[in-house]
Amino acid sequence: MIGITSYGAYIPRYRIKVEEIARVWGDDPEHIKKGLLIYEKSVPDLDEDTATIAVEAARSAIYRRSIDPKEIGAIYVGSESHPYAVKPTATIVAEAIRATPDLTAADFEFACKAGTAAIQTCMGEVAMGAIKYGMAIGADISQSAPGDALEYTAAAGGAAYIIGKKNLITEIEDTFSFTTDTPDFWRREGESYPMHGGRFTGEPAYFKHIISATKGIMKKVGTKPSDYDYVVFHQPNGKFPLRVAKTLGFSEEQIGLGLVVPMMGNTYSGSSLIGLAAILDQAKPGSMILMTSFGSGAGSDAFSMTVTDGIEEVRDKAPTIAELLKNPRYLDYALYAKHKGKIAV
Amino acid sequence: MAVPRLWRHIPTRYNLIGTECQTCGGLYFPPRTTCPTCRRDGRIIERKFKGTGEVVTYTTIYSASAAFHRQTPYVLAIVKLDEGPLLTGQIVCDPDEAKIGMKVRPVFRKLGEDGPSGIIYYGTKFAPLTEASQ
Repeated sequence: MIGITSYGAYIPRYRIKVEEIARVWGDDPEHIKKGLLIYEKSVPDLDEDTATIAVEAARSAIYRRSIDPKEIGAIYVGSESHPYAVKPTATIVAEAIRATPDLTAADFEFACKAGTAAIQTCMGEVAMGAIKYGMAIGADISQSAPGDALEYTAAAGGAAYIIGKKNLITEIEDTFSFTTDTPDFWRREGESYPMHGGRFTGEPAYFKHIISATKGIMKKVGTKPSDYDYVVFHQPNGKFPLRVAKTLGFSEEQIGLGLVVPMMGNTYSGSSLIGLAAILDQAKPGSMILMTSFGSGAGSDAFSMTVTDGIEEVRDKAPTIAELLKNPRYLDYALYAKHKGKIAV
Repeated sequence: MAVPRLWRHIPTRYNLIGTECQTCGGLYFPPRTTCPTCRRDGRIIERKFKGTGEVVTYTTIYSASAAFHRQTPYVLAIVKLDEGPLLTGQIVCDPDEAKIGMKVRPVFRKLGEDGPSGIIYYGTKFAPLTEASQ
């Protein structure tokens, strides 16, 4: 059986509250908080980017399971904010965890689902016996144009997963994907900020793809919503995942543990993966978890997995999501704009 | 910085790879090719330092060079690694958080870049060692 051997996450310590962004743009913060179910979001430090976030998450995953990095045969980093257009983030991660040189590495891009696509690629290579362990990372310092609705949610963070056949903390029963050409959100080459189709990002994009992929995995594995203890969906805001859960027949108890977006925002490629990490921080052996990501453009990857006894050995060996969210430093909009490079000088 | 020079620094900057003299046990960071004590009798091997240590002294930089002036104020410290060697590095904390004797851990950060189109330098800085990060 293939599954997750270890995981690690990273969230920068800086935050900005919805009230502060709304103050600048003349919006009603209560309307935003109620509408998006989001209260604050993480902001990278001046010297943090997708590569540094990916490295911190990767090191946490290595440390949690004390894995020899030389046994990692593949590293894939999914992001839509890679620091270089040409020069892989995955090479920086590989060097920083001392996994070089006998491995393959590449950067993935599929909006917010590039990290789960990386997990599927690792599963394939582990299954064929080409590698012992593969590392899949989803990390982003998400961009949003000043004044755009996205600014309330676009956050920074990431998570790394080590996929293998041995020392598992979850066994992955199967994976199922649903992909179409749906232009709901995009960023053209050389542009600083993404564009989106407003309300079009809902029904034909997020909901259609997540519902189809989730139904697809349950049909493939032969499960129903009530079989799962926990479910995690991509979290562009707090409202969408709650609504899609209800539509699919999942309860608020099933989705609650992995719903991390209200206090940290949407970490794009890190979003569903950080939600999964929050579940693994607490899930008991035998618990069943369903995860479905969503990437604009558009596609969803769904995974059905069961937590093993191995979780108890590794859970406390690296910082949990709750610990990473502790002691935030709040920024005003001006300092936030400086941190995000939104002030051109 | 010239790209080949940056590339040569990757092991030391990313993972604090220094050297050890097997003859006298001397530990060196940055790495040395010759042991200053044993000279030609020294046998130098690679040595990875954990990166945890203690702040020996620090200063807060308010007036920085052009590459760093957008990051001011920031804390620059001499850190004594647990294994012994001293090195200079930035502490990622508010200036009023920094204390002499403060325990620190390594963090991976951007050290600089050659402008918007040049190479980005990554490497090790330090952060206060908290209970959650141990």
